[in-house]
Amino acid sequence: MTASAAAKYGTTRRTMTVRVNGQGVTREVSTRTTLADFLRDELDLVSVHLGCEHGECGCCTVLFDGHSVRSCLMLAVQADGHAVETVESLSANPAELHPIQEAFAEEQGLQCGFCTPAMVLRTKEIIETGRELTDAEVRHEISGILCRCTGYQNIVNAVQSAAGRRARGRS
Amino acid sequence: MTYTYIGKDRRRIEDPRLLVGRGGYIADLKVPGMLHAAILRSPLPHAWIRSVDATEALKLPGVVAVLTGEDCKAKLNPCMSFGPATITQYPLAVDKVRYVGEAVAAVVAESRYLAEDGVDLLKVDYQELPPVTDPMAAMQPGSALLHEEHGSNIGYERTFEFGDVNAAFADADLVVEDTLHWGRCAGMPMETTGAVARPGFNGVLEISCNSLNFSYFCFLIAATLRIPSNKLTLRPVPAGGSFGSKLAAHKVPTLAGFLALQTGRPVSYIEDRLDHLTNSDHHGCDRFYEARMGFRADGTIVGLDIDVVDDYGAYMQFGVGHHGNAFSQVVGPYRFRDVRYRLRAVVTDKCQQGAYRGFGSEVHNWVLERLVDQGAARLGLAPEEIRRRNFIQPDQFPYRIPGGNLYDSGDYPAVLDKALSMIDLDRWRREQKRLREEEGRCIGIGLATTQERSVFSATEFWFLLEKPTFPLTSSPESATVTIDPTGSFQLLLHCQSMWGNSPETVGATVLAEEFGIPPESVNVRYADSAHALPGTGPGGSRYTAMVAGAIRGASRKLRDKLLRIAAHTLEVPPDDLELVDARVQVRGEPETGLTIAELAGTAYFFALNLPEGMTSGLEESYTYDHPYTTLPAPDGSDLGVFYPIMGHACHIAVVEVDPDTGIVSFLDYVAVHDAGTIVNPRSLGGHVTGGAVQGIGTTLYEELAYDENGQFQSPTFRDYLIPTAGEAPAFRIGHVQTPSPFTEYGIKGGGEGGRMVAPAAVSGAVDDALREYGMRVRRLPVKPSEIVATVQAGRSNS
Repeated sequence: MTASAAAKYGTTRRTMTVRVNGQGVTREVSTRTTLADFLRDELDLVSVHLGCEHGECGCCTVLFDGHSVRSCLMLAVQADGHAVETVESLSANPAELHPIQEAFAEEQGLQCGFCTPAMVLRTKEIIETGRELTDAEVRHEISGILCRCTGYQNIVNAVQSAAGRRARGRS
Repeated sequence: MTYTYIGKDRRRIEDPRLLVGRGGYIADLKVPGMLHAAILRSPLPHAWIRSVDATEALKLPGVVAVLTGEDCKAKLNPCMSFGPATITQYPLAVDKVRYVGEAVAAVVAESRYLAEDGVDLLKVDYQELPPVTDPMAAMQPGSALLHEEHGSNIGYERTFEFGDVNAAFADADLVVEDTLHWGRCAGMPMETTGAVARPGFNGVLEISCNSLNFSYFCFLIAATLRIPSNKLTLRPVPAGGSFGSKLAAHKVPTLAGFLALQTGRPVSYIEDRLDHLTNSDHHGCDRFYEARMGFRADGTIVGLDIDVVDDYGAYMQFGVGHHGNAFSQVVGPYRFRDVRYRLRAVVTDKCQQGAYRGFGSEVHNWVLERLVDQGAARLGLAPEEIRRRNFIQPDQFPYRIPGGNLYDSGDYPAVLDKALSMIDLDRWRREQKRLREEEGRCIGIGLATTQERSVFSATEFWFLLEKPTFPLTSSPESATVTIDPTGSFQLLLHCQSMWGNSPETVGATVLAEEFGIPPESVNVRYADSAHALPGTGPGGSRYTAMVAGAIRGASRKLRDKLLRIAAHTLEVPPDDLELVDARVQVRGEPETGLTIAELAGTAYFFALNLPEGMTSGLEESYTYDHPYTTLPAPDGSDLGVFYPIMGHACHIAVVEVDPDTGIVSFLDYVAVHDAGTIVNPRSLGGHVTGGAVQGIGTTLYEELAYDENGQFQSPTFRDYLIPTAGEAPAFRIGHVQTPSPFTEYGIKGGGEGGRMVAPAAVSGAVDDALREYGMRVRRLPVKPSEIVATVQAGRSNS
């Protein structure tokens, strides 16, 4: 196989080290593997959901060095030397939810659950500053993630509830 | 009637696992040795397939197999269909392709990446045919045919008349008419359809899938695969949304099963978004109407005349069931008696229609409400007033509508009053005038109602056909309740029911009500098709009402057994006992009793302590049939009772339209729904807001567009515009509860009403905002370009 054919059919591999949910991970991966597929298939972090694989639905959102990115639009090797966070970093245990996850459960900020990990991670990012957000600002901040079930209302409520829980936790 | 658990806001049992990312979706399922499939899709709208050359693909390391329509033709029967027998289809196109995106060949490989590489290497020789894209042209003699065997592109044509519309219109003071087009959109859940199939124990093919009411359709998949139905087990997998799009997405599991049978290995086929957009088999309605409605001068509606051409796409898997659905509420909440409905269903080179929230009744409601709004404007009546004057009154129920369906109960004035009480329309109308005059802003108010039929009967699948081949009448739902030896409850559901609704929370809540146990203590499971009792699954807003009936039936059998064991143990007559808070006790002497846990111990381990003739264990099942359905008349003069559990809703939307950009934004939105007895108000509220935003998408944004050459114009989410949180309004929700007299607890379905009414309310609001420019929403989605063009034309005319 020629070098270009090897590249085309994914036989070029590279070793990478990435910090995932606080743990260092070193793996050899195909250079064409997306970050989303790496997280799902190599690390079994199936909370990373693939809704469109072209960067529009936002269901594959993860925190990359603390900022939300669409993991379907990144290659795994681009994460070499960086830190990635999925919703499992908040809690992977249904019986012990993180306060943000609690807020979503309380406000029923989800129905089918497919956009939910992305929404929870995005919530973590946008409430981090501690600044109070209006509902309109919350809507703007989560507008990069599509939810087809809820009509967003309960998600907005959940984000506000999570922000309130965080503020109370700090005070 | 007040209940302990039913009717209270309750956290969902389903949510904790979803919140930690363990929803158990189909793409999360990994089986050792599993192969992955990718599909080559047609780039052409209409062509003969001369040959598929897989030579290069099969040389690629990791590619295991390539299968084509030729393999389907040789080894499969056609897929399930309720449409004309001369319109057949297979999981991969046989002989010709009939739309851009139709599946041509499947490549099976060691990974999805390699499977897609294999797809790139396939070579197909097509002989192009003229594209058939315009349904009006498709009906003309001389049009190219999609299905030569059918002999025409008209899949179905028939006119129904109930009453005498000509006579009614002859007496009318006003007859309004409109030419309307409801555009093609789809449920478009965030998760696509997928299946994992594997050859299993004893030669049984096991298919896990997130689609399909499997207990209803399993044997039909087996028939396609040419295997005995007891050698096929379908396993339900929770879905990441459906909204109808997974209701009968049969080709995905069928194809995965076929690939597993052919390779002898587990095969996963998960649609990607392009697969789903082009080929979900579940595009929504695409209808062209010439519609008329007659009025008396006081606003009384006297009749409705519909002539509809429905662009069904390339196939007709559900026949014209979408129009049967419209007949369930053909007069809406209004009293008029004369209806004519001419239907022509046409096949064109587009993806076929499936189900989408409303299943055709949402389209009919939009047409009905467009005509009512036009009548109101012409007669100088406010939208709320013309509706109020025509409502079926609370004392008229049960009410039989033209066509034969029955409305069980309702209080439409109460719903309207509730909605009006939540918004100060007089203030908004003053504000509208002031902002127009002082700031030049265009504010519009839209008010619309809908009926929300729920709990379908199977007769609607065939009653429009002149010669139905399989006039089935069953649409049951089942439940199995088990109390284990420690007194813990298991609930087994018998269908594919978790796709974003709350089957587990609903089931546990009903069980809690029946036994006085905490809902969260119930464990809920799903049967596979090898174990499942009769079930029909969610769809047509039937599941909550139906499963509640099944659970209550099973619970009563189980309660009877508990009481008999307790009576035997306590040596009192069973009639002297009652079940209160998970304990069987003597009436009037509550200290004498036994807990369910104590009785369970006896039931499982102390057979000699059981009443004579009773066997060990505590498990009961119940199959709940449709609570009220009747046979249609063979000549179509009466369609029978088929959708009698009737909800109602009223939405009021206040919008601002920017006349220079055509952008529509929401200033207020009130939604009041009556879905009978509510099990969990917060969940129902979520369905209302979610459905309404889908309705807003239908009205303003979403379009599965084909150009005149049949090329698909909406292949990504950059083209197919799903509302984000920024487009969605902040809703204010109200509930009215008029229990059904026919269902257990009086529950009605509530899954679809939001989408059924929002398009009419928003269309009315856009009209109202731009009334001075002559704006009238006639085509959905109404795009900014059309709004701007209307404004510009209106300005140049003035």
